[in-house]
Amino acid sequence: MAFRDYIRERFFPHIWCPGCGHGIVLNALLHTVEGLGLDRTSLCMVSGIGCSSRIAGYVDFHTMHTMHGRALACATGLKLARPSLNVFVPMGDGDATAIGGNHFIHACRRNIDLTAIVLNNRIYGMTGGQFSPLSGRDVLATTAPYRSIDEPFDIVKLALGAGATFVARTTAFHVREIGNLLKKAVLHKGISVLEVLVQCPTYFGRKNNQGGAVEMMELYRDNTAPLGSKKLEDNPSLIPRGVFREDTRPEYCEEYAKVVARAKE
Amino acid sequence: MSGVVTGKSPAGNPDGAKRGGTAPDMHFVQGNEACVRGAMYAGLNFFAGYPITPSTEIAEHLSDILPRNGGVFIQMEDEIASMCAVCGAALAGAKAMTATSGPGFSLKQEAIGYACMTEIPCVIVNVQRGGPSTGLPTKVAQGDVMQTRWGTHGDHSIVVLTASSVQDIFEITVEGFNISETYRTPVILLFDEVVGHMREKLVVPAPGEITLVDRLYTEVKAGVNYHPYLTREDGRLPVSDFGGVHRYNVTGLFHDIFGFPTENADQVNRLIYHLVDKIENRAHLLARWKEYHLDDAEHIILSYGASARSARHLAETRRGKGDRIGFLELQTLWPFPAALIREKTAHAKSVFVAEMNMGQIAAQVKQAVSKPDRVFLVNRMDGMLVTPSDIGAVMRTVEGRGF
Repeated sequence: MAFRDYIRERFFPHIWCPGCGHGIVLNALLHTVEGLGLDRTSLCMVSGIGCSSRIAGYVDFHTMHTMHGRALACATGLKLARPSLNVFVPMGDGDATAIGGNHFIHACRRNIDLTAIVLNNRIYGMTGGQFSPLSGRDVLATTAPYRSIDEPFDIVKLALGAGATFVARTTAFHVREIGNLLKKAVLHKGISVLEVLVQCPTYFGRKNNQGGAVEMMELYRDNTAPLGSKKLEDNPSLIPRGVFREDTRPEYCEEYAKVVARAKE
Repeated sequence: MSGVVTGKSPAGNPDGAKRGGTAPDMHFVQGNEACVRGAMYAGLNFFAGYPITPSTEIAEHLSDILPRNGGVFIQMEDEIASMCAVCGAALAGAKAMTATSGPGFSLKQEAIGYACMTEIPCVIVNVQRGGPSTGLPTKVAQGDVMQTRWGTHGDHSIVVLTASSVQDIFEITVEGFNISETYRTPVILLFDEVVGHMREKLVVPAPGEITLVDRLYTEVKAGVNYHPYLTREDGRLPVSDFGGVHRYNVTGLFHDIFGFPTENADQVNRLIYHLVDKIENRAHLLARWKEYHLDDAEHIILSYGASARSARHLAETRRGKGDRIGFLELQTLWPFPAALIREKTAHAKSVFVAEMNMGQIAAQVKQAVSKPDRVFLVNRMDGMLVTPSDIGAVMRTVEGRGF
């Protein structure tokens, strides 16, 4: 199967701004799916609302573009009704951790076999550059003209605390790493949370003097380091990348199958 | 039951008559349990919910019955998630339902709108309690009538059914699933605390006794272009499940026949008319009602749900005394059966609408009839069931006979 067979070419060009990091994640995702040779009729994508959610329109999967923050809740129903499906859930930072925060922690807690990808650009892009729960303090945004005072979530810690069984982080600069981590995430049985730091040059970069897409990606290169690396050891203030947790715990659909078996006894 | 005419009622066995020499499948159950049994009869295989009074028994019973039948029961993190999970499951081919009350119904509105827009068949039960806000969690009310119609934002249309007895709850639940499958629309079953919690006889019809509507699947073969939102001439929309051979997009945005977002004015216009017309143009087909002694009635009481029990009681009592009182019970609230009401009340001197709200159906009745100033509201909103005496007192006053 050729890589291009996994996209809906008729719906291109995409809506993302020049320099946006979302397309890089889409690219990595398509190569991962192609590499794994997954049954096409099993491929599903459920997304919420925002720039990131538009990924669902471009992949030739069964795609459900839902409501702001509700992707994981919809995906839970879809997966539980048909556990053989491979369900990808791309979300933005506001989508996953603000309006969808409750669904996020509960999907992690349930350990249902979904691949959740949080495309974290630290801003609400679709609505024009408002700060999000991942913006952090001292950020300029259209709703923080005097700089934000909100403390940010750390997605990795949030997912770990909520009980996700696969948790990883990378950035749009590290294209191959996205693919490698996505592959692990897909193969993992249970909820997988992959955070990808993605640049939004249009709003976050421009508002906060981070330059264009290239400069922002250079920041990802310089300000992050792999877990267990010398670079991170020497400078613990860098953002760690890699797999933070990969363990096994009963998966929700499999556990539910046991409930059915018990009920039928 | 003399004088009763049932409109478009599903073929059931309401009087518990013996069938084919076998004893009837008879039970003494709550309305909420009758709803559960009706849903199972209709083929329910997915339920997502969240505990809330006075609907909780529906979730409790389904957490037992669904797994025994190989179906899915999931208690979600909130009401929003429950409705979302129902949408996801329905796209995977499930007959899916959720149940709630009061504040929970408010929370579900967002995803109900999504189901309207994406034409996802599903059933939402709202066992009403007193509102607004936390209101009267354990008491009866009928204040959500307009919320069922307009609770979600934007122009849309929706089907809302109700019932006044345990037996009727069973049958209207089956009917709700059938309508949701036929027109690919969310259907709201609007019950109330009294009918949800009261216990009565339920006779479960034999399998096959009530015809069931299953999902209409596309005949388009694999590899051939399938247009998920290309409506057939009869208004139906053949579906393909997620996980099937056709991959397509579903979105809450206005969309074209591929299910892809569009802002094209023509396509937007076509879709909004389709969503509204598929229901409003069929108001006559979707109307379910019961009527008693209407033929020579001078005064007609119109009611639904728990209020209808008091209304019918009063109508029968006064008939016994020789008064020409008729009674019309609505089982379809939306699309509002305006033509039916206009016709049935055409020769009445006055129409009394008994309901437990500020006149949400009474306002619709006023719009439907030729003499709106002869429509009178009889209501009660203190958490107590409106009684036959409440209705009788208003009627006597209007008739100029004191009370």
